[in-house]
Amino acid sequence: MSNENMMTRRGLFAKIGILLNGVVAAALAVPIGRFLLSSVTRGRADGYLSWVSLGPVSQFPEGETRLATFRNPYVMPTDGKTADTACWVRRVDADQFQVFAVNCAHLGCPVRWFPQSGLFMCPCHGGAYYRDGSRASGPPERGLFEYPYKVTNGAVVIQAGELPTPGSTAAADKRQPPCA
Amino acid sequence: MRLIKTIGEWFDLRLQLAQPIRDVAEHPVPRNTASWLYVFGSAALTVFCLQVVTGVLLALVYVPSAAEAWSSLQALNYQVTLGWFIRALHGWGSNFMVAIVLVHMVQVFLFGAYKFPRELTWIIGVFLLLMTLGMAFTGQVLRFDQDAYWGLGIGASIASRVPVLGPAVVKLMLGGPIIAGATLSRFFALHVFVIPGLLIGFVALHLLMVVKLGINEWPMPGRVVRRATYLGEYHALTRRDGAPFVPYAIWKDIIFAACVLVAVAGCALVFGPFGPTGEPDPTIIQTVPKPDYFFLWLYALLSLLPPALETPALLIGPVIAIAALVLLPFLSGEGEKSWRRRPIAVLTVMLIAVTLGTFTRLAQYAPWSPQMSAWSGEPVPQQFLHGATALERQGALVFQAKQCRNCHSLDEKGGQRGPTLDSVAVRLTQDQLIRQVIQGGGNMPAYGKNLSPAETTALVAFLQTLHPAGQAPARDASRDIVLGEPGPPNATATR
Repeated sequence: MSNENMMTRRGLFAKIGILLNGVVAAALAVPIGRFLLSSVTRGRADGYLSWVSLGPVSQFPEGETRLATFRNPYVMPTDGKTADTACWVRRVDADQFQVFAVNCAHLGCPVRWFPQSGLFMCPCHGGAYYRDGSRASGPPERGLFEYPYKVTNGAVVIQAGELPTPGSTAAADKRQPPCA
Repeated sequence: MRLIKTIGEWFDLRLQLAQPIRDVAEHPVPRNTASWLYVFGSAALTVFCLQVVTGVLLALVYVPSAAEAWSSLQALNYQVTLGWFIRALHGWGSNFMVAIVLVHMVQVFLFGAYKFPRELTWIIGVFLLLMTLGMAFTGQVLRFDQDAYWGLGIGASIASRVPVLGPAVVKLMLGGPIIAGATLSRFFALHVFVIPGLLIGFVALHLLMVVKLGINEWPMPGRVVRRATYLGEYHALTRRDGAPFVPYAIWKDIIFAACVLVAVAGCALVFGPFGPTGEPDPTIIQTVPKPDYFFLWLYALLSLLPPALETPALLIGPVIAIAALVLLPFLSGEGEKSWRRRPIAVLTVMLIAVTLGTFTRLAQYAPWSPQMSAWSGEPVPQQFLHGATALERQGALVFQAKQCRNCHSLDEKGGQRGPTLDSVAVRLTQDQLIRQVIQGGGNMPAYGKNLSPAETTALVAFLQTLHPAGQAPARDASRDIVLGEPGPPNATATR
């Protein structure tokens, strides 16, 4: 160690050792990163959305709005009841429906339907929506989220699988609130 | 005694910790810092230790599975001996910890302790505050009940508003597409491993710097901090007027820590554990979720912000707040330390305290939320129906049946979302009432599609009776002339 600037054999080995660890760390970072981001990347690859049945059409009387529940199509063994999801089904006429998420378009609290006044009301921050899901008042900036639906073999089937949030593309219907 | 000494020496020959510990214990501190105002840091550390111990105890029984977490909490509350008490200690400990950390922060801010050379101590303290709040939020999630479930929904809704990355952030946060098993597991990992690990590391650094740099001296008006001279002045002060930390100053820390623990235990004993509220079943929608005490101000803020301001405020507000706290020691690293010479600092603390206090108070009764059961649970008070005609009584029925009461109070009963209607007839004429009911506006939904003409007529007839005894209802004077309707007797005289 007489000359500080001279590379010794041991010093070189130490540097090679550090380099080797760097390479291993970089190699391990790939699977670790993929594991951590799996909940995001899976959504991109084959998606979480599938078609789920809400039951026969006859359960939903014309002109009324009823609560329906379904089991989320993507389930983990530890989900328990949390994979059960509720939605509001409005049967407009014989073959026209609207299926709303219970989650308020403001911050996701569960909205309740009041048939007498024809309003959905949110218990958290006071959002209210008309029977067709459009915004009536309060902090939400848009109407209720709607699930795409179809009627197959006499059953109402909706495309679901993701928590509808203000920013999610899955829940983004193009509904604009009417001029109030 | 000789045996203890021998054993002690045996260990110290190997550990060699006795001298460093003695140095730390006996390091001189300025005499006037042995004050009851300098005890909050050690109190926060004490409560943190309590949280670690009670947290480990709870983990002996708690099951971090969405299917079983709630029932394992029920078992802790009702089945396991004194499980309720350990839960209560942990819950109250968290409340005390947030409170003490905030008080500690206010004290060091007002005493100018963040100034040179203790900038990094302050910055790490800011991170410790954020981690404490992170522990409070993740802990609330582990109490996996309806509040936790919908609280996560609110968190996801806020996260989803991040531009471009929003949906990915939500899935990362939830561990999947919905709030479910994976969500609880990752919040468990955060609450039990990640954040506590960081907390312990940062607390160690925080303490190390307090010992190395010395405790902030009691600020004197006029004694100004300058980078060039401060260190010398501080050492001169501890040499001239210093005393060993142990036992000169530490006895107050120890006694206060004991008082805090007694207070936590007392609250736990008297008030018991927090929840859990209802089972976290998303198909049960008859729920009114509310956050824990320390996030109530945020709950209020989210209700009161104008909708268009909400997303920017939610996403930019925290960044500005954290940046301001981190940059504070760089913006005013020198100068006066005493609060007597820093009126803006004092006013800032008071403003923030009053704002947070007001929002918290408001959130406790949430006037912005409709009262979901007022229409069926609160009858129209009798005095509003005395001498009412059949039509007006029918209007009162419509008023209840159409859930007007959920947002409008009569005689102080009912929702407070909209204005109270005790004297609405004084404010609005018949035409204005009809327009308001049918078209809504001013944050009221339009009821045009949900009321028949007969119902509207009856409802407005009832609303027109709502005025104080000695005060005439509002009327549109021009109607008398245009429609030839008779006005009040004294008005007809002028025609």
